[in-house]
Order: sequence, then structure tokens, then C-alpha cells
Amino acid sequence: MDKMPRWADVFLVPFINLCLAFMVSGLVVLAIGENPFDAIYFMVKGALGSTSGIGYTLYYATNYIFTGLAVAVAFHARLFNIGGEGQAIVAGIGVAVVLLLFNWPHWMLALPFAIIGGGSFGALWAAIPAYLQAKRGSHIVITTIMFNFIGAALIGYLLNGILKNPSSQNAETRAFGPGAHLPTAHEILAPLGIEFSKSAPLNIAFILALICAVLVWVLIWRTRLGFQIRAFGQNEDAAKYAGISAVKITIIAMLISGALAGMLAVNVVMGEQERLIKEFVEGAGFVGIAVALMGRSHPFGIVLAALLFGMLTQGGFELLWEMPTVSKELVLVIQALIILFTGALDNMVRDPVERIFLRLRKGRS
Amino acid sequence: MGGNNKSGRQEAVAPAIELRGISKAFGAVQANKDISINVARGTIHGIIGENGAGKSTLMSILYGFYKADAGEIIINGNPTLIPNSQAAIAAGIGMVFQHFKLVENFSVLENVVLGAEDGPMLKSSLSKARSTLTHLAEEYELDVDPDALIEDLSVGHQQRVEILKALYRQAEILILDEPTGVLTPAEADHLFRILRNLKDEGKTIIMITHKLREIMEITDTVSVMRRGEMTSTVKTTETSPEDLAERMVGRKVLLEVDKKPASPGKMVLEVEDLRVVDDAGVERLKGISLNVRAGEILGIAGVSGNGQTQLLHVLGGYQSATGSIRMNSEEIDLSGAHSDGQSRRARSIAHVPEDRQAEALIMEFTAWENMIFGYHNDAAYQKNRFLMDNPAIIHDTELKMGRFDVRPPNPRLAAKSFSGGNQQKIVLAREIERNPDLLLVGQPTRGVDIGAIEFIHQQLVALRDQGKAILLVSVELEEILSLADRIIVMFDGHIMGERDPAKTNERELGLLMAGVNDDGKAA
Repeated sequence: MDKMPRWADVFLVPFINLCLAFMVSGLVVLAIGENPFDAIYFMVKGALGSTSGIGYTLYYATNYIFTGLAVAVAFHARLFNIGGEGQAIVAGIGVAVVLLLFNWPHWMLALPFAIIGGGSFGALWAAIPAYLQAKRGSHIVITTIMFNFIGAALIGYLLNGILKNPSSQNAETRAFGPGAHLPTAHEILAPLGIEFSKSAPLNIAFILALICAVLVWVLIWRTRLGFQIRAFGQNEDAAKYAGISAVKITIIAMLISGALAGMLAVNVVMGEQERLIKEFVEGAGFVGIAVALMGRSHPFGIVLAALLFGMLTQGGFELLWEMPTVSKELVLVIQALIILFTGALDNMVRDPVERIFLRLRKGRS
Repeated sequence: MGGNNKSGRQEAVAPAIELRGISKAFGAVQANKDISINVARGTIHGIIGENGAGKSTLMSILYGFYKADAGEIIINGNPTLIPNSQAAIAAGIGMVFQHFKLVENFSVLENVVLGAEDGPMLKSSLSKARSTLTHLAEEYELDVDPDALIEDLSVGHQQRVEILKALYRQAEILILDEPTGVLTPAEADHLFRILRNLKDEGKTIIMITHKLREIMEITDTVSVMRRGEMTSTVKTTETSPEDLAERMVGRKVLLEVDKKPASPGKMVLEVEDLRVVDDAGVERLKGISLNVRAGEILGIAGVSGNGQTQLLHVLGGYQSATGSIRMNSEEIDLSGAHSDGQSRRARSIAHVPEDRQAEALIMEFTAWENMIFGYHNDAAYQKNRFLMDNPAIIHDTELKMGRFDVRPPNPRLAAKSFSGGNQQKIVLAREIERNPDLLLVGQPTRGVDIGAIEFIHQQLVALRDQGKAILLVSVELEEILSLADRIIVMFDGHIMGERDPAKTNERELGLLMAGVNDDGKAA
């Protein structure tokens, strides 16, 4: 018998967590002498108050869906992939190489190859720690963290060398051709008569993210591979008994995870920057961990959590703009409080809620 | 229960322990319901009941691990509050857990003193403990080398250390939870001598067990628990094993397995000179040779940890070994290439592992997911190349749960929500319904209630009668004696000998299990 109904588990508990996080954040804002309600107003308005705000929110959410899914797939195999950041960086190199090699005639042709380029480079960057874990017993948390640094160094080296645009002062590649331009929300919605902000970077990669979420759900809960991944993640000894190869599952799960993290590059490098720059991931790989935790490693939960974190990111930037006394660090504090309450302190709310439901049920029976 | 003699007894000597109306609920589950008992000083009181009947909860309340929702604990006539284990120790209660709570790399002396030191410096406590230990060893046959490290001691000796720990803390009431689960018959006999000595000294002992034979042998009074309630308390001399089993289960139970003589057919499994060296470089199997024919049950007896686990792991395909294994006259590769669980299943070897929760099942998975676990690659379970056919699997699981009487028969329930017996039935349904030529079974009834034991034994005998080969590993001698057609005893990675169950007894097997040969020499 479950302790509480599913809706309470999926919606009520996270909602209470969020409210608590906002209350504590409000106290922090109050402490610097600002009105917390104003702060919330600016954040919500900044994130959702205009098509530009929505465009940015969904653009960030796209990144978080990709990295959240990446963490979740690995997590189902009980592998803690902290390397989403590095995998996305290296995937950026893959996307850039594919798009720079040819003069693409149309985005519909370029996109599949960019996905393959980004996915395979991201997967490769995850494959090395996966191999080391599976065959040599090097802990994947340590190796993926180290590979974040190696990836960052690698892109810096390439952007100052072989990939550098000779006619630019900056460490960046030349712009991709017009045939590699992904349709933005503005371009897609204009023919339908919907006026969407021209400046917002939201592009067709958002649809790709939603497709990936569905595919991950099918993979985990409807395929044999997903069955084996979950079995291995839940109980390694039992997997051994059943003849499920630990080496195989570790490597496959990490390949998928790395490829998903790599999809971030399609959104940012191909969809927004249209050239490769050095710091395009901007911590989204790490936010993905929080997104996967809050979404409880379920694709549906991850999409919701990614939307929330997209709003926080975009709302946070607006808050910086509207309230000069609020610093960048304070926005980070607010975001961190939400991660703390929804992730780490989850049981603080869950246990009392469970008890309330048990008492209600007892009262009824 | 003891109510009729209350007036006379209580004035003379108060009972060592009296529980009045103890109740405890975990969420919606009522683990203990209005439990009252009296245990007189200087007696051995048995508590018997199926798994999940609430025995351990009751003892945990007595030792301060749980707080009762209602009820009173009265020790030597004084109502006592036991909020934690320190309070229990102060009240003179000592507990010997099923899984020992010892520091493996500490000496016996250090373990005894741990938590009861006299001051910041250890020396005086240790020398005091040393003299107490010598004294106790003489008095109760509790001899253990005080300077030996725990990890070097046998399980029987480790248990003595647990008892010494309790006595060192001046326990007057000793609670033992399933004390003979890991002991050889000889060790169990020694334990019973110790317990009788303690009783003669006026100590009070409460023993929790599911073994009817032990209850009959050692206790003065026995209480039966069923579904959180104490259903009856009787004098041991006034009851019988059959009577107790019936009280535990609530219906008549067949304690003996009803089976025809075996009619062994062709050779199914031949094992020759099997050797296993574990990761630490210790040789776990030292040249095992055995064979199993179709239509017979080969029982492997032995105290746990003498290589049986490794034998099952090698046969099940997840431990490398040297030597040779032939299955249906075909050599099985042990070097690595096809030595995994999947290729073993392809050779018609099914395996019910010893540790149900750690290996056989994934506790978070639903019953239907567990019902295909290990056979998930079977084409019958796939809808197409990519997707599994979940509705068909669920339907298939429903049928299997029905045939194996799994309760509740709901395929969507997580494995962890089933009782131990029903979990084991899920595993048996999965393995037996594959119709294997060879079934490996480890501890089929460990942690399983009596009603389910009866059913599981019947299933194993039925499979044998269909002409299948069964290799049964069990530490329960009664189980081996009643199920097996031939018995092999393992000790320290060797085979000590083979016996015919009709011509042997627990004493003889017990000596072999302790590593003593026919000629009386230790191996």
C-alpha cells in the first residue's frame, strides 16, 4: 500500500518545498532592505511577462531539459554523471566542426548532422569515464568532474588554434553559414499570425528537447535496455545474478547520457550563437543535476523542473536589472535555496505529509 | 495467560518481566496489538511466530529501540520506562541480536568493554574485564580467548562474546533473537548448555525462534504470536510441535514432507574438481566433485559460509572458477566467454539464489518486472525489436501468481510490498515455470512463514517428480533431511561426505558439518 496518493507525491510535496524556498528567499531579500514581493513580481514578470521573457525562459529550459535528461538516464543506472558540463562543451566542438565543414544548403539537412556531431562528441566524452569506471573501477564522479576541466581546456586550445576565426580578436570560430540557421520562435510563429519577440533565442531545439524527453521515457520504461539499466541501477548483485553485464550497461547508459548533454550544443551553438564560443554552457550541466533531482529522474518531472529553472534563470537576470541592490550572487542564493529545499530537504516535507495522509486514511477506515 | 495464578504468585515473587497491553503501530500496520506476558525469574521463555508476526518489534520495544504506543513494562515489580538501550541495560536487560553487533577487528576483551569503560584510559577497564571474563567462563562454560580478534572466531564463539557482553553489563534478563540460525547442531547444543547454566543461576531468558524443535528442547514456557497478537502462552511440557505450528499458522500444518522415493534418471549435472579463489586470495572451494541426476534432489548441508554460496554462484554463472562442469553431458565454459547468468539460463539451469532480497528480486520493481527478471531477453516478452510487451507480461504474471498462490495476486505491486514467503513464491514461480532441467535452490525457506514453507516444499518435490534435477543448498538440517534424496555435507570448501537421508541423523550430519570425519578426526 502506498503511503500517499500519487498526486501528492508528484505535485503537493514539490509545491510545499517551493513555497518554503520562496519564504526563506523572501527573508534574504528582506535582509538587504528590499521588498520581497517586489522581487518576486520582477522575477515572474521578467520570466513570463513578455514574449521576450517567455522566449528566454524556454530557451534556458531547453538546455536544462537536455542536461536533466542526461543526468537522469545515468542515474537510473546508479551512475552519477557530473560531467554534463564537459560533455556539452565537447559536443559544441562536434556541432561546430560539422557545421563548418560544409556549406549547408538548408537547416533541415544540417540539423540531423549537427545532432549526430554533437551527440557523438558528447557521448565520446562520457565514454572515457564510463570505460574507466566499468573496467578499471575509477569512480565516475571523480572522472567526470576531471573531464569537465579537460573539456574546458580543450575548447580553449582549439578556439585559440585550429578553429579560431583569423579575422576576429576573440577566441571564437567564424559564423556558420546561413544554411545552418535554425528557425527561431519568431520565424516559426510569424506565419501563424502570432507576434513573438524577435530577440528571444528560443528555437526549434525546444521541440527536440521535448522529443528527447518522450524518447527517454520510452527507453527507460518500455524497452529491454531500459529494463536492464534500471535493474542494474537498483541492485547490482541481482543484475549479476540475472546475467546483465555491468560493463555493457555502464558504458551504454553513459553514452546515452553524454549524447543527451551534447544536445545542449544544438540549442546554444547552432540555434543561438551560430558560431562556437568558449563559455557557452554557462553551468547548465550542473543545473541539470538539480533538475533531474527535482524531477525525480522522470522525463515529465524533468520538463517541469527545467521550466522552473528556466524561469529562475531568466527571472534572475531581470531582477538584477530591476533592483540594483540585488547582486548576481543573491540571485544564486535564491536559486540555491530552491535546489536545497526541493532536493536535499525533500524528506523534511515528505515525512509529515505522509503522516497526515496516513492519519486521514485511518480516520476514514 | 497467567491471570489465574496472579494473586498467589505476584505477592511471593514478582515476575522478572511483565508486559501489560503493549501496542505498536507502524503507519497503518499494527505490529503489536495489546500484548501481555509474564516471565517468571529463572525460567526460559520462548516466543515463536511466523515472520512478521511482531516478535522482533516486541523485543525492540523491550530493548528501547521503539517506543510502544500503549502499554506498560514492569521489571521485577517496578514499572519501568525504556526510552533507549542504555535504559534497557540499566534495567538489567541484555540482548543478543541475530546479526552480531561486534567490531570485527577488535579483540574479545575490547568488544566486551566497548561502551562500558570505566574512564578515559582503557587499561583498568580491560584488566577488570579480563578477570570477570575468566570468572564467567568457568561458571557458565563461556570460554573464549579474551585476546582473540573477533574476525578470527567462529560464529559460535562470536555469539558467546555477545552473551559475555550482556553479562558483563550485569544483565539479569537475556533476550536472544534467533540464536541458532548460524550455528552447527553441536554449537547449538553448547549454547543450550550455557543457557541452562544461566537459568540455574537465576537469570531469566527470552528466546525468539521459529524452530519448533528448540522451543520443545529448552524452554519452560512458550508464547505464540500471530499477526501482531499474542494468541496463547502455554507450558512447554503441555504442548507439542504440531500443536504449536497450528497455533502459529491458525490451521493444521504438515510438518513432514510427503514424498515418494526418488527414481533417478539420466545424468544432468556433473561437477569435477571445482575450485574457487575469491578476491582476497582465499580458496573458497577446494576441489568439489558431485553430480545430480534427473528426478532427484541432492541436498547440500553445511553451516553457512563453507563454500555453498560460491558453489551456487559458479553454477549460476557469476563467479569464475577452475575445474569442469558438464550440463546434460556438455562442457560448460568456466573461463569467461559464456560464463554468465544468461548463458546458464540458455542451458536450462534455473537458479533460486540464497539471498532473495539481494539477488533474486529487485525490491523496487513490480511483481511483473521481477517475474521476467533474468529472462527479459526471451522473445515471448518482446513486442518488437525495441519495445517490451508489457501487457502480455502482466497477464502472464497474473497466471503465474495464481498458480503459485502469491498473495496478494497483484502484478503491479512492488516486490518490497510482499511478505517474505510471497516474495519467495514469486522467485520460485519465475524459475520453476521456465521448466528447467536443473534447478539450483539456495535456502528456499529462509525467512519464510510455516504455511509458505509447506507449499514451497511441495513445489520442489513436484518438480523432482516431473523428472527434473534439483540441487538444494540449505543450512536447515530438518529441511535437507526431509527433502533430499542424497545429502552431501560441505565444510571449509570441501565435501566431508555423502549420506543417505534414510540412514543418517542430525547428530552424524552435525559432526560432518563441524568438520569431524567418520573416524572422529577433525579435517
